Amino acid sequence: MIEFKNVSLTYPNGHQGLKNVNLKLNDGEFIVVVGLSGAGKSTLIRSINQLVKPTEGELIIDGENTLNFKEKQLRQLRTKIGMIFQNYNLVKRTSVLKNVLSGRLGHTGTIRSLLGLYPQEDVKLALESLDRVGIVEKAYIRADQLSGGQQQRVSIARALTQKPKVILADEPVASLDPPTSHIVMKDLKKINREDNITTLVNLHFIDMAMEYADRIIGMRAGEVVFDGPASSVTEKTFEEIYGRKIKEDDVLGGDEK
Amino acid sequence: MNLDKQYNIQRPDRTKYWMKFGFITFILATLYTIAFTTTDLSYSGSSLSAFDMFKRLFFDTFFDPVVHERIPQYIGYMFETLAIAFAGTMIGAILAIPIGFLAAKNMSGHFSSIGKGILNGIRAFPEILFAVIFVASVGMGPYAGVLAIGINSIGMLGKLYSEVIESIDMTVVEALKASGASRLQAMWFGVIPQVIPEFSSYAIYRFEIDVRASTVLGIVGAGGIGAPIILASNQRAWEQVGMMLIIIIVVVTIIDYLSAYIRKKIV
Amino acid sequence: MQPVTKPQKNNNGRIPIIPRQTKTRMTIIVLVVVLLYAIAAFFTKAYPNRIITGFPHVIDFVKDDLFPPNWSYYKTVSTRLLETWNMALLSTTLATLFCLPFAFLMASNINTNKYVYSIVRFGMNVLRTIPELILALILVAVVGLGPLSGVGALFLFSLGILAKLLSESIESIDKGPLEAIRASGGNVFQVIRYGAMPQILPHFTSYSLYVLEINVRASVVLGFVGAGGIGQILRQQLNLFRFDNVATIIIMTFIAVTIIDMISTRIRERLV
Ligand SMILES: Nc1ncnc2c1ncn2[C@@H]1O[C@H](COP(=O)(O)OP(=O)(O)OP(=O)(O)O)[C@@H](O)[C@H]1O
Ligand SMILES: [Mg+2]
Repeated sequence: MIEFKNVSLTYPNGHQGLKNVNLKLNDGEFIVVVGLSGAGKSTLIRSINQLVKPTEGELIIDGENTLNFKEKQLRQLRTKIGMIFQNYNLVKRTSVLKNVLSGRLGHTGTIRSLLGLYPQEDVKLALESLDRVGIVEKAYIRADQLSGGQQQRVSIARALTQKPKVILADEPVASLDPPTSHIVMKDLKKINREDNITTLVNLHFIDMAMEYADRIIGMRAGEVVFDGPASSVTEKTFEEIYGRKIKEDDVLGGDEK
Repeated sequence: MNLDKQYNIQRPDRTKYWMKFGFITFILATLYTIAFTTTDLSYSGSSLSAFDMFKRLFFDTFFDPVVHERIPQYIGYMFETLAIAFAGTMIGAILAIPIGFLAAKNMSGHFSSIGKGILNGIRAFPEILFAVIFVASVGMGPYAGVLAIGINSIGMLGKLYSEVIESIDMTVVEALKASGASRLQAMWFGVIPQVIPEFSSYAIYRFEIDVRASTVLGIVGAGGIGAPIILASNQRAWEQVGMMLIIIIVVVTIIDYLSAYIRKKIV
Repeated sequence: MQPVTKPQKNNNGRIPIIPRQTKTRMTIIVLVVVLLYAIAAFFTKAYPNRIITGFPHVIDFVKDDLFPPNWSYYKTVSTRLLETWNMALLSTTLATLFCLPFAFLMASNINTNKYVYSIVRFGMNVLRTIPELILALILVAVVGLGPLSGVGALFLFSLGILAKLLSESIESIDKGPLEAIRASGGNVFQVIRYGAMPQILPHFTSYSLYVLEINVRASVVLGFVGAGGIGQILRQQLNLFRFDNVATIIIMTFIAVTIIDMISTRIRERLV
């Protein structure tokens, strides 16, 4: 379980990214975070694995306040949290398999990993992960030769190879077309169900949020302004979160099933 | 007729342009005046007409018995030249990596200016001066040449490497860190694969330059084909100079083609 | 070669991270490079360990022999440095003027005559392979000792480089304006003057400055064969083992080159 207790975050330039956030994220939940651009969605997600570090409050993961963690503990924590980025963040010039294997780095000794000596189980695990997102046949292809949707699935496989308890996805479908977006979201949802991985996704589109989320968190100006099950959410709720009327841009459309 | 008035055109203000023009002209005029007045560019006569020289270098050389006899020797010198260039490039290409990382802003932040300073210093040093220093300190021979070529290559390669590093996609490094990789691992897996092709391509390109450079190092005693060329020219044995020159031209041309071919394949 | 797609198993049932063909190819490349280096190191006696052990000698030499420099020698050095600079300036100017016709003849989008194109290109390539020092050697024999042969050698040397660089930027210019002028009946010179020149002028200036930087460095060497400039006294003082004077030469040359580079780089940055 992940618990935010009075968490605030002030950026070095003085901007307040998070304001007194209190949240409890239960194991296995599929949570979608929505809000306008600049609302602090990325900041919220990134503070969980401390790519940005909250400046106040407590962030408790499995009973420990992670904000006190030393470098080593923090790395340990990060190995259990997979992350998916809008721009995939793959090493374009290396093979898909090597990219997926890099998810094991935190578990592999430095010397061993620098020599490229991953254990066989890790290689098997990597291939299994690729299989689960349906692109195992691309294992030896260079990452830059795949389409955007395939690259995003590689990055999901990379996260899976970590055997994570949590997956964080920061706008994973923002660079993809509608049909591909649905494929990627379905992959995430399937993994969430099968492995009981707590999944936190930032999304721009409200129809997608409603379709895939168990629970929706709404943010505005660094504050959590809504938190409730997806079933309780209506268009009205979004208008409250956004502080304006819903526009066409807020809806993705496309494959609804 | 005044067209400007008729069509109501605003002429752009050209004073700034003319001032700049005048300034540049003045500087250039001064430089050239100095050049022509302080340097004695007179023709001091010679033993040989250009035509005779050309004939002896590139024609007579094929019919000279001494040249025939010495061709294997010349080829040996050319091999030594290539060896100097290769060993020098290799040293330079490897040592330039840490300095390149040091000089890259996205890797070492404020410290990058130290790396940039070192590299600028090395590059401002003409190769021959390094060769002079190395010959005087470690003795004559190709070893001094290798050191001179090596250190000079660091200067250029380090700069090019740092530019490559500065242009890479840093989001990968962030992704690896987010999955719990250590700093070293994140660098090794996130940065190295992105830069290896360019690094190798630049190193090969530098090898072309180093081959040319090592042909002249012999003049200060740093090995290679330079020394026998000077010797032959002192004896006015232009047929011999011609053959060595032809060997250089052929070998350098072949290397340029090979290098261009390999570099095209890499990137 | 065929891209490997399906995960494969090798003899002992392990799944490779890198497909076998790729691995073999990489191993071969690495082995070849290492082997070439071993040969090179053997011939030059520059074994890896000697690279490190060599440096104390260099430091000793700098400390004991080069220092302190003989500053009173600065006058001679300045005169010669000025000569070196003049040689570089004049030869670059000449090369700048003369490279233009060659560059256009070497550009496939302007010169459509295949034979002329190939011949000029070949000639310039050969010119670039001849080390500047050997050019100087030959010119000294033909023109006599002194800066004139230095200027000639640097001119020929930089002509090849400049023509090559310039022809490449000519080949990459926007074809539109050229066609427009051709379409309105312009001849090849008008096409060059009004279509191509405006597009390449910044590159042309920048390359000229770059070649000037190269020539300043190259002209240091030429004096060794009697073609004028700082190299002449450098050789003389080396032969006399006057390392204090050599130190003055080295330091002042370094400073001069740095200043020229700095100014030139500044101007080039503004141009492009
Ligand atoms: N490194 C930083 N330094 C200073 N301010 C930052 C930094 N990163 C983000 N911010 C600011 O914090 C606020 C929240 O940013 P965040 O990236 O979390 O928004 P977001 O909701 O993810 O927006 P988007 O939908 O555009 O990605 C923004 O106003 C942003 O300008
Ligand atoms: Mg964001």
